[in-house]
Amino acid sequence: MSDTHAESVAYVRDTMLPEKEPPGREVGAIKWMRENLFSGWFNAILTIVSLYVIGWILLHLAPWFTHMVWNAGSLSECREIRDELWGPDQTFSCFAVIRDRWQQLLYGFYPAELYWRANLAFVLFLVAIAPVLFSGLPRKMLYFSVLYPFVMFWLVWGGSIWLPLMVIAGFGLGALAFVLASRVNGLVAVIVAALVPVLWWLYLAGPIATDLQRIAPLAIQQVASKDLGGFMISLILGITGIAFSLPLGILLALGRQSDLFIVKGICVGFIEFIRGVPLITLLFVASLLLNYFLPPGTNFDIILRVMIMVTLFASAYMAEVIRGGLAALPTGQYEAADALGLDYWKAQRLIIMPQALKISIPGIVNTFIGLFKDTTLVMFIGIFDMLGLTNAIRATTDWNGIYWELFIFVGVVFFVFCYSMSRYSQYLERKLNTEHR
Amino acid sequence: MSEPALDQGPDRIDLEVSDEIAIQIVNMNKWYGTFHVLRDINLTVNRGERIVIAGPSGSGKSTMIRCINRLEEHQEGQIIVDGIELSSDLKNIDKIRSEVGMVFQHFNLFPHLTILENCTLAPMWVRKIPKKEAEETAMHFLEKVKIPEQALKYPGQLSGGQQQRVAIARSLCMRPRIMLFDEPTSALDPEMIKEVLDTMIELAQEGMTMLCVTHEMGFARQVANRVIFMDQGQIVEQNEPEEFFNNPKSERTKLFLSQILGH
Repeated sequence: MSDTHAESVAYVRDTMLPEKEPPGREVGAIKWMRENLFSGWFNAILTIVSLYVIGWILLHLAPWFTHMVWNAGSLSECREIRDELWGPDQTFSCFAVIRDRWQQLLYGFYPAELYWRANLAFVLFLVAIAPVLFSGLPRKMLYFSVLYPFVMFWLVWGGSIWLPLMVIAGFGLGALAFVLASRVNGLVAVIVAALVPVLWWLYLAGPIATDLQRIAPLAIQQVASKDLGGFMISLILGITGIAFSLPLGILLALGRQSDLFIVKGICVGFIEFIRGVPLITLLFVASLLLNYFLPPGTNFDIILRVMIMVTLFASAYMAEVIRGGLAALPTGQYEAADALGLDYWKAQRLIIMPQALKISIPGIVNTFIGLFKDTTLVMFIGIFDMLGLTNAIRATTDWNGIYWELFIFVGVVFFVFCYSMSRYSQYLERKLNTEHR
Repeated sequence: MSEPALDQGPDRIDLEVSDEIAIQIVNMNKWYGTFHVLRDINLTVNRGERIVIAGPSGSGKSTMIRCINRLEEHQEGQIIVDGIELSSDLKNIDKIRSEVGMVFQHFNLFPHLTILENCTLAPMWVRKIPKKEAEETAMHFLEKVKIPEQALKYPGQLSGGQQQRVAIARSLCMRPRIMLFDEPTSALDPEMIKEVLDTMIELAQEGMTMLCVTHEMGFARQVANRVIFMDQGQIVEQNEPEEFFNNPKSERTKLFLSQILGH
């Protein structure tokens, strides 16, 4: 060693060592297999057993994919084709049912000539969600995202355009009331801003919309809620649930941490109650019980009731997920925000929530996915979602006795959407990671 | 405790202290539950004073300065900052907080924002300063703490010393009239303590009113015009640094000084 004085006890380094590459690793398939599959005799046995099991399963599934029937009008026709091509008693799959009934599975009993409206609503949904998901897109697109719920409502349900416009007007009135009342007092402004739109929607919006419709008829063909179904209803329920449960969950989580006794009590009570009750119970309440409590003659749309229940259910879970994120933040963040003179809401919005939500992303998306899949439970209260329709399709003489193909289709459709959400959440986590960038 | 390089050279900073009162604490008491943390604190700080608060851990030093911007609530007595009395009135609290800068032991930078955003956030949202102007101010102070080149990085990419200097710059961006330092160097490696102290010395030279809880006695000797010694929630002794270190009056102070300067 020429650069050190190794011969003496006292040691002085003359030159600092340069940085070196880590030792090169041998690469290749054999190396990989030895490390990952056969690293010991026990692991080798496990590998062989696993391979055998996987092979066995694939072998038994294979006829399903090699013997597919896509062109048939009924299950018996499917069987005839099977007998002809592969002989009787062969395992086979009859995906002809999907070909025959896919529109029903997706759109429910929505009038076929109006499918374009549902399709348009879906395409516009993609446009509306894009700027929310990807910050690279122009921020002006968010205006459309805000308007989208009303556009969707009108496209899907149809009817007079004045009703959604009057609902929007309610928000406008609320904002106006807030601006006017905030000259008096902050708290009064909040109360007025909440009260004015509610009163407007309850008592004025409906009659005014009817009158306007009489004066200037602007309407498209109306579709009743009972005709909605299929995957469309899952999407509508899922999207509204996701869109509203997150903000509601944030408020509940903040309320639960609040120093104000009553606010805290209400939030804790709500969260614990909702979490303690199965969703299906809440759905039955929505479909059956709610009518007893409402004044007779009130027509409170079943889909709207279900939407509210699903949203409330998800928001209770959301609140707990976000509370976890809040608890993970060091108190120093609150103190620093306070010390800089930020008030509570600004601190929450700019400092606390961005970090707490980032920590909770996996849990939030988990809740979203759960909520989305739970929308299939509405089949138990008489709404024909995809699962409900599989029963209906099976009930016809043509397709009596078909199970797997329908369920596989339902599974694939849900998987595509849920897996996309999962991938997006991973992308978001990577994007928001500010450590060691 | 090892004495940092400060003792070697620079002369004491002697600046005029104005007669104007910046902070006045009168008969202040505070309890954590039934535990009496601060007992009858009386302290008047004039504008331009540089006060170092020393004392054993648990003596209430941090709690006292945290009461000044209401991170902790006091239960008895008065605290008047810049002529405004601290009460539960939220408006007053926010006003005082925006006038009083604070630097924490653990920096408490916002990890999800860049250095520049950390510095512009409060001016933009509290003082309503336009973004461009806020960024100019931020760059000015980042240059002052000698890390303008890090402006677009995230706090997690900086060393502890750099983070603490950013934290100081972040406070200064609000143009505070008083700065509170809560053990600003205690979480730092010895090599980084000096860079933070240098920044603080520079600040003192410009006449900033400073209250500093620290164990850096070299800094106290060089910068402070007054040293306060606290023990068991009370102010035990206060004096000019020369007198305080060379001629402590109370037995408790003597013991403390012998322990921290003794080796």
